[in-house]
Amino acid sequence: MQSFQEIIFKLKQYWADRGCIIQEPYDVEVGAGTMCPETFLRVLGPQPYRVAYVQPSRRPADGRYGDNPNRLYKHSQLQVILKPSPDDIMEQYLASLEAIGIDLRKHDIKFEEDNWEAPTLGAWGIGWQVMLDGLEVTQFTYFQQCGGIDLDLVPAELTYGLERLTAFLQVKDSVYDIEWAKGVSYGDVRHREELQYSVYNFEMANIPTLWKLFDLHEGEAARLLAAYAPKSAEKSRFPLLPAYDHVLKCSNLFNTLDSRGAISVTERVGVIQRVRKLAVGVAQAWLDQQLVQREVAA
Amino acid sequence: MSLPFLFEIGVEEIPDWMIPDALENLRLLFEKLEIPYESVTLDATPRRLVLRAEGLPARQADSQERVLGPAKSAPPQAVEGFARKQGVKPQDLAIETTPKGDYYSFIRNVPGRLTKDILAEALPGIVLQIYFPKTMYWTGKSGPRFIRPIRWIVALLGEEIVPFELAGVRSGALTSGHRRLGAKEIAVTPADYVERLRHHYVILSAEERRNRIREGLAGVRVKPDPALLETLVYLTEFPTPIVGSFDPQFLELPEEVLVTVMRHHQKYFSVEDAQGKLAPQFATVMNIDADPEGFIRRGNERVLRARFNDARFFWETDQKKKLADRLPDLAHVTFQAKLGSYRDKTKRIMALVKELGGKPLAVRAARLCKCDLSTELVKEFTELQGVVGGLYARAQGERPEVWQAIYDHYKPESMEDAIPRHLAGRQVSLADKLDTLRGCFRVGLIPTGSRDPFGLRRAAQGVVRILVEGKIAVPLLDLLEGNPQLAAFFEDRVKFYFKDHRGFKYDEVNAAMAAGWSNLVDLEARLMRIRTLRPTPDFEPLAASFKRIHNILVQAGFTGGGAIDQSLLEPGPELELYEEFIGIAGQPIESVISKLRPKVDLFFDKVLVNAPDATIRQNRLTLLHTLLAEFSTMADFSEIVTNS
Repeated sequence: MQSFQEIIFKLKQYWADRGCIIQEPYDVEVGAGTMCPETFLRVLGPQPYRVAYVQPSRRPADGRYGDNPNRLYKHSQLQVILKPSPDDIMEQYLASLEAIGIDLRKHDIKFEEDNWEAPTLGAWGIGWQVMLDGLEVTQFTYFQQCGGIDLDLVPAELTYGLERLTAFLQVKDSVYDIEWAKGVSYGDVRHREELQYSVYNFEMANIPTLWKLFDLHEGEAARLLAAYAPKSAEKSRFPLLPAYDHVLKCSNLFNTLDSRGAISVTERVGVIQRVRKLAVGVAQAWLDQQLVQREVAA
Repeated sequence: MSLPFLFEIGVEEIPDWMIPDALENLRLLFEKLEIPYESVTLDATPRRLVLRAEGLPARQADSQERVLGPAKSAPPQAVEGFARKQGVKPQDLAIETTPKGDYYSFIRNVPGRLTKDILAEALPGIVLQIYFPKTMYWTGKSGPRFIRPIRWIVALLGEEIVPFELAGVRSGALTSGHRRLGAKEIAVTPADYVERLRHHYVILSAEERRNRIREGLAGVRVKPDPALLETLVYLTEFPTPIVGSFDPQFLELPEEVLVTVMRHHQKYFSVEDAQGKLAPQFATVMNIDADPEGFIRRGNERVLRARFNDARFFWETDQKKKLADRLPDLAHVTFQAKLGSYRDKTKRIMALVKELGGKPLAVRAARLCKCDLSTELVKEFTELQGVVGGLYARAQGERPEVWQAIYDHYKPESMEDAIPRHLAGRQVSLADKLDTLRGCFRVGLIPTGSRDPFGLRRAAQGVVRILVEGKIAVPLLDLLEGNPQLAAFFEDRVKFYFKDHRGFKYDEVNAAMAAGWSNLVDLEARLMRIRTLRPTPDFEPLAASFKRIHNILVQAGFTGGGAIDQSLLEPGPELELYEEFIGIAGQPIESVISKLRPKVDLFFDKVLVNAPDATIRQNRLTLLHTLLAEFSTMADFSEIVTNS
């Protein structure tokens, strides 16, 4: 039986063999691998790029105190970006499943329409959820827009749900029973984290504090964006990446406040709009900054 | 020579529900080319749109073109020059007389173009014109847009490739088999195409895939679900159904929840036992030929078990808080920013139910109808709103009228869906929908074109259906807050309902509605009467006469008023019409039409309405007006379109 970590090793190796840089997880909390700069910013502009990384993704509202066998506050995604998308991307994807030991002649695969959208990022794409014997194992998306910008080199994004894939391969009914490494279960490694974060997110997070933090991060990101000068000769040293970190902080705080029940449906739209405005601002500035860097290099 | 044509657009998986329309579109675009053919067939799987035609000519018929040359008076050099250009001698030219004078002319033979060339030129445009509700680009933002990336194109006229390029793909003679069971590149001809595909595990015909699913499920009591069957037919290239089972303990959960999980989340058919009750089994359709080791069945069973466990968890959690205790929670659920929370909406629904004559149990149902919005189960399965509330109300001991009204209050959700089963449910449903319509129209959220985010058309259609089919004779126009836009919106829905859904002729609907439409039960009764009356021999002539009366009155600018002065009536047809009218006034038109019609006809035959004497003319107009008014309470017959 392949362990959780062996499956990850194999997938990383598979995509490394196909020209992907293997990145490590981003060290700021995100709700999905798409939000990492390695995806959100790298898909912008004319530079081809291939990258794969595991990203722990936090969805505070999905926490279940470690009680539910299928739902997690934090799950692991393997995020693969191929920019531009190769013509045989579907075949490459299917072969990656073979690489982790899934015999596709003995299993059922369906590509069901599922167009991905992230309103806080001004991003959307066209694609499918990939169903393996009735289980959704991957989200497959051709990005069309990111940060409100139309993408010219259309990237393919593959997002594997690693816990689900492993539970499938190990034939386990509960995510906590999957084997992380020989003799060590997923529950051994992560159960306590699931429980404590559920308690924090649902019961103990201090709402006024979180709002204050949200405002602070929003203010810092906005301050930086306002200071970015497209005509400045020194703009390549301008800290857009740190500005983006503050946007990510806002996004995670928003999710936490939401799971705490602190955001009404009416407010929701407004807060999403605030985060989106910053994300779009960073994306536009980033594109501008990239273009000039290339001019200087040329 | 007549040739077969094979055209296949190879695409990454197309959303199943878009495929039939896309095929129809492809057919129309092909027909627009006006290339003659004997037959055309369209087929599709998720990965290919295919058009096959038989009997195309290799080239189009030759045509003739007249070329006008120099004038007859032109110098011979000019004439020779013209002849040379046409490749003939001057004596072969004809002389043609035109309004400007005589000219040399020549009838040139234009050879028909090769069909292959016409197709090569037209096909890229045809592909990109196929309509899809949502498209993407993949070769760059200025590149072609299609539903999903195009990966190969087969275009063969006979054995020959119709050459063109689209989105970087060159047309050719290579198709592609099933993703996992077939070869990636397969050489085909129009003659062997279908069989070659079948050999590589692609069943081209949707009908054949449908039958394969049906046959594979013969002997299993599958709950019929034609829409799901279509989805699966267009989600697979080689469909094979299998049956799995689940722990019978899950049958404790409401059937609605189990079926929704299977149907909407897993695309499974549910299975019934011999008594028609839900069995602990399901049927799924694989896109592969077989599951000999049972991997796929067991995989699906595990997924379903996890989903059912979730549903059970939600069901049990939700039971800890009664529906009635959830009412305050609704203050935090926004209905619409300008229209307040669902708590506010609930209060309005309760008031409206009372206004509609609802009894205390209906008001109770109105009070609880939105409470399921705060339950975990509805958050997870939003399509079960209402149903879940009804089920919880039943579990918590509410009376049948109450829980059934909650359960039904979103109905009817489509033209095919039933209306709520009891009066209480109908009243709650009416109140909910009317409140949404009134509120949205009040704050300007009015549907435009295809944009109708609040589903107001469907809501209004539901109101119309419940009032008519539930026989609720309330004056609809009194419930619309005097909003003229909303009244006009409803007028359209009422017309649509009686015309398109009930099959009344448009002029019948116009005629009946012109006599009033606020009470829809009454409107329906009048329409039924017109429908019965219409085929009778006296109807159309009388309707034509009523139209004539209408026109006469309009032309005379006569708006009624005054009584008929009997002494001014001329003996003969005029007096006879009057006496007939006095005799039948107050009776339904059905019983008097045969007596009335000859009198009206005779009147128009013999009597001059526009009498020179103004008093007599006025009296005649009054007679006609009174006659028209008497029978116009049922319908404005001047709206009936007659042949005469």
